[in-house]
Amino acid sequence: MSNIYKAFEKGKAFIAFLTAGDPDIETTKNTIFKAEEAGADLIEIGIPFSDPIAEGEVIQNANIRALKSGTNVHKIFDMVEDVRKKSQIPLVFLTYINPILNYGYEEFFKKCNQVGIDGIIIPDLPYEEKDELKEFTQKYNIDLISLIAPTSDERIKEIAKDAKGFVYIVSSMGVTGVRKEITTDLESIVKLVRKTTSTPSAIGFGINTTEQANRFSKMSDGVIVGSAIVKIMAKYGKDSPKYVYDYVKEMKDAIR
Amino acid sequence: MTETKFGIFGGQYIPEILMTEIKNLEEAYKKYKNDEKFQNELNKLLKDYAGRPSLLYFAKNMTEDLKGAKIYLKREDLNHTGSHKINNVLGQALLAKYMGKKRIIAETGAGQHGVATATAAALLGLECEIFMGKEDTIRQALNVYRMELLGAKVNAVTTGTQVLKDAVNEAMREWSKRTEDTLYVLGSVMGPHPFPTIVRDFQSVISKEAREQILEAEGKLPSAVIACVGGGSNSMGMFYNFINDKDVKLIGCEAAGLGIDTDKHAASITKGRIGIFHGMKSIFCQDENGQISPVYSISAGLDYPGIGPEHAYLNSIKRAQYIPITDEEAVEAFEYLSRTEGIIPAIESAHAVAYAKKIAPKMNKDEIIIICLSGRGDKDVASIAKYRGRIINE
Repeated sequence: MSNIYKAFEKGKAFIAFLTAGDPDIETTKNTIFKAEEAGADLIEIGIPFSDPIAEGEVIQNANIRALKSGTNVHKIFDMVEDVRKKSQIPLVFLTYINPILNYGYEEFFKKCNQVGIDGIIIPDLPYEEKDELKEFTQKYNIDLISLIAPTSDERIKEIAKDAKGFVYIVSSMGVTGVRKEITTDLESIVKLVRKTTSTPSAIGFGINTTEQANRFSKMSDGVIVGSAIVKIMAKYGKDSPKYVYDYVKEMKDAIR
Repeated sequence: MTETKFGIFGGQYIPEILMTEIKNLEEAYKKYKNDEKFQNELNKLLKDYAGRPSLLYFAKNMTEDLKGAKIYLKREDLNHTGSHKINNVLGQALLAKYMGKKRIIAETGAGQHGVATATAAALLGLECEIFMGKEDTIRQALNVYRMELLGAKVNAVTTGTQVLKDAVNEAMREWSKRTEDTLYVLGSVMGPHPFPTIVRDFQSVISKEAREQILEAEGKLPSAVIACVGGGSNSMGMFYNFINDKDVKLIGCEAAGLGIDTDKHAASITKGRIGIFHGMKSIFCQDENGQISPVYSISAGLDYPGIGPEHAYLNSIKRAQYIPITDEEAVEAFEYLSRTEGIIPAIESAHAVAYAKKIAPKMNKDEIIIICLSGRGDKDVASIAKYRGRIINE
């Protein structure tokens, strides 16, 4: 078991996502510290990929900025090592399968374990293909976090019973990005997940207001916010940490 | 070999949000593949609408000129809409109808698959949206207008590098927003299972006909079949019914662009390595960090950083071989076939013609080569003129 459970020990979890290297690695590191200070319970660190097919425009552009600034997986591992000198906040990576395959599965997860990563989310690795990595995630104690979508229907049970870390519930159809309205019947999805597993669940995709955060945290064990934070990063660049602090604080307060 | 893979290649590496729909498609395809009504309707469309069977034409002038193997051209360029793309599109659009879908979406590079999809949508009364890289909408403005004329909505994709791979990304994103009434009509033997199988099956009509036609014309099988490879749909169609004929060489021609020692090419097998992208494990052009490389070819239809998983498999077991052909070689072949046979080939297909030109003279006169002439070259005339330094308006 990784440290992810700790994120859900102090009430509803606030999970913050940011793309590593946007605008640069140093700012990412400082933003992680600030987000933790503001009350974030878990940080998702995006490893940029050239073609992130599950992302909306906001995070796509962050990927492009990060790659342009020379970010690569080696630099991100170094940054995590640095973060771990000061912080024990649960950390998970979000990336696509190709950069991991390219690094070498065994080497990648061994390194994750060494630097102190707790889990990983891979949007293009569905349940059917998880055996691709299982051996290595288990060996190096990295939780492979499963996603459940509004279309998952009868797949929910199957996915939930194997869930590790937390269950990532996708709030609505489409790609990541802020949404005004989310109409999926998330309550029944969470209910089914809870019937199947004791692993906590968090809702993400589209959440950006305190009102949404409050509503969705009541339905589940936490909320995941990505695009709204990445938008702040896009707007303020190197000055982002203090603005992300304010935003995370406000959001965390809304789910307490 | 599992149901979703060819050796280690293929699979279903896509977001969870699309998995239920992919499974639906798998089920539907299994059902209708052997459904008599579906097959009859499709065969009727292929015959009466697309103009099949396509001719297997003996290229007498080219054969005499090269003084080696006998050369035959499988004339997919004579199909309605001018390329092999219609074979697959009629199949998938009909499948969409049988599945109760109201809308089809597709990616396109040069616009051939987009035009074919828009055509099938018009014929079968489906709503149609096409995703095309912004770069490509400029390079292929005529095809954009064609698609619109056929009633399709064309979305210029401004994300990423604004070419074919980005159009695929965007079509997948769009599909993940709306699966209930929409089928993604993928244009090549790529993407997550079952697309590589579906597209190959619909394109295999090419080699089914060609095999019968050559046996009838020559009483024997060819020594080699040659086709160009981007994602690999016309080549997979051309190879498929010859795979078990061990003496028939299967040769795919990839786009070497300005040369495989430059970074301006799209030669996945020659220069790429194993990766997972666009739903499949296959061979991709990528950098040292596993980022997908921008690729280049004079031919928009071959301008793709990967190759279908069944090709990766055929390559791995050495059943097929893949040869890089440069822009210059393709353009020369484009001009050569026009002059020699009075047939203007698509610049994509010209890559296959170029390789045939190289090997035919070294072969015996009783040997046979079949080239898949996957499309006609009208669409390329302006850009080839430009390549040769002449600016003409389309």
